Amino acid sequence: MIKVEDLHKGFNGEEILKGITTEFYQGKTNLIIGQSGSGKTVFMKCLLGLFSPEQGTIKYNDVDYSTLNAEEKRDLRKKMGMVFQGSALFDSMTIAENVMFPLRMFTKLKKEEMMERVNKVLKRVNLKNVNHKYPSEISGGMQKRVAIARAIVNEPKFLFCDEPNSGLDPKSAMIIDNLIQEITHENNITTVINTHDMNSVLEIGENIIFLQKGNLAWQGNNNEIFKTENEAVTNFVYSSDLFKKVREAQLKGL
Amino acid sequence: MKYLHDIGQYFIMLKDVFRRMTKASVLRQLIFKEIDDLIINSMGIIIFISFFLGAVVTIQTALNLNNPLIPKSLIAFTARQSIILEFSPTFISIIMAGKVGSYITSSIGTMRVTEQIDALEVMGINSTNYLVFPKIIALLLYPFVIAISMFLGILGAYMAGVFGGFIASDQFLSGLQEDFIPYHLAYAFIKSFFFALILATVPSYHGYYMKGGALEVGQASTTSFVWTSVMLIIVNYILTQLLLS
Repeated sequence: MIKVEDLHKGFNGEEILKGITTEFYQGKTNLIIGQSGSGKTVFMKCLLGLFSPEQGTIKYNDVDYSTLNAEEKRDLRKKMGMVFQGSALFDSMTIAENVMFPLRMFTKLKKEEMMERVNKVLKRVNLKNVNHKYPSEISGGMQKRVAIARAIVNEPKFLFCDEPNSGLDPKSAMIIDNLIQEITHENNITTVINTHDMNSVLEIGENIIFLQKGNLAWQGNNNEIFKTENEAVTNFVYSSDLFKKVREAQLKGL
Repeated sequence: MKYLHDIGQYFIMLKDVFRRMTKASVLRQLIFKEIDDLIINSMGIIIFISFFLGAVVTIQTALNLNNPLIPKSLIAFTARQSIILEFSPTFISIIMAGKVGSYITSSIGTMRVTEQIDALEVMGINSTNYLVFPKIIALLLYPFVIAISMFLGILGAYMAGVFGGFIASDQFLSGLQEDFIPYHLAYAFIKSFFFALILATVPSYHGYYMKGGALEVGQASTTSFVWTSVMLIIVNYILTQLLLS
């Protein structure tokens, strides 16, 4: 679980996050949603420890990040996995080397043991016969799956995903969403997904945090979001006709 | 103010390079890869340029020495001094700023724009150490490259001088050994060492701190070449003043 209390962060005198207090639950897919410029990316980078908050605390399983020394912060980061928007796979490495990378850096496993673990996670993300290929030789959807495999290979406690299905066709996007949710449930990890894809919200939004202009405007799950009267949320969610119809159907109890 | 900011940021990056070292077994592989990319892959152009540079210096010197009172051996002496003191260390370094410098900036810059550096940081890896330190270690071999360049430059000078009919072989060999000061070699290698540090770190800085997309990667490579060349020329002047004056 990640607990955030009164989080403030700004740049050049402009306050981006204006005192966010919320929780991200273990074993659930926690989604951060909001319009562009609402502070989602800054919030995510604060959660990852890439930005230091100006005020407030972030606790990972009751451990306050700000009280840790540099060594302890590094140890905590080793328990985090991250799936980047553009996958961020290392171009110069093969798929197997990319997935093996966290193991090479942080474990003392033998090469055979590492390969065994790599093959296991690649199988889990439904990838076969790609070990010796380079990232440029596989599709965007496959790259995302490799990124997920790399993020989970070292058995993290926290998984962060920055717009994991952006640039993918709807079917591939749904496969990636479902894969992340399944992995979250199987491993009981705290997963935080930064997205503005309403399909993801509908599909895997077990805990949704809606940000507006750096504030937490609403929090709930994918059932509650269609019933809320919060104007900021409804303006965001029902910008598409499809979701307007879904809401009408929900309200009619269909 | 921007220049002061850049200079400060450059030295902060240098300090970070030597903090939180990457796992030794990983670092060893990275160093061998960088030796291959930065040194071995540059040998072709260095051999080619050094040989012909030596040849041209000899022909030009020979064509300008018309006075019968000046001994022909001076052609070899001049070629040797030019090659050892300046052409091999400085000229080759500027060529390397274009070849190796652009490669370093564009490869690190591409990693920056595709979030690969962020991926390293999120994993708790010191990205400057992972990316820059192996390049510095690989370029410690640079003085050896310059030694090869010197040898090939003088070989080119000999072949152009002797086979071009400008000087006899024994006169060339005698001129080559005339008034030889071993300290000049030491000066050239000390310079090469400092040039290697510039070649590894200035392009890395421009790649590491770049912002934007693919277009900016290209711009950063050009800027990196300009600043690496400027740094080489300035450091060349300072070291010459300190070591030879």
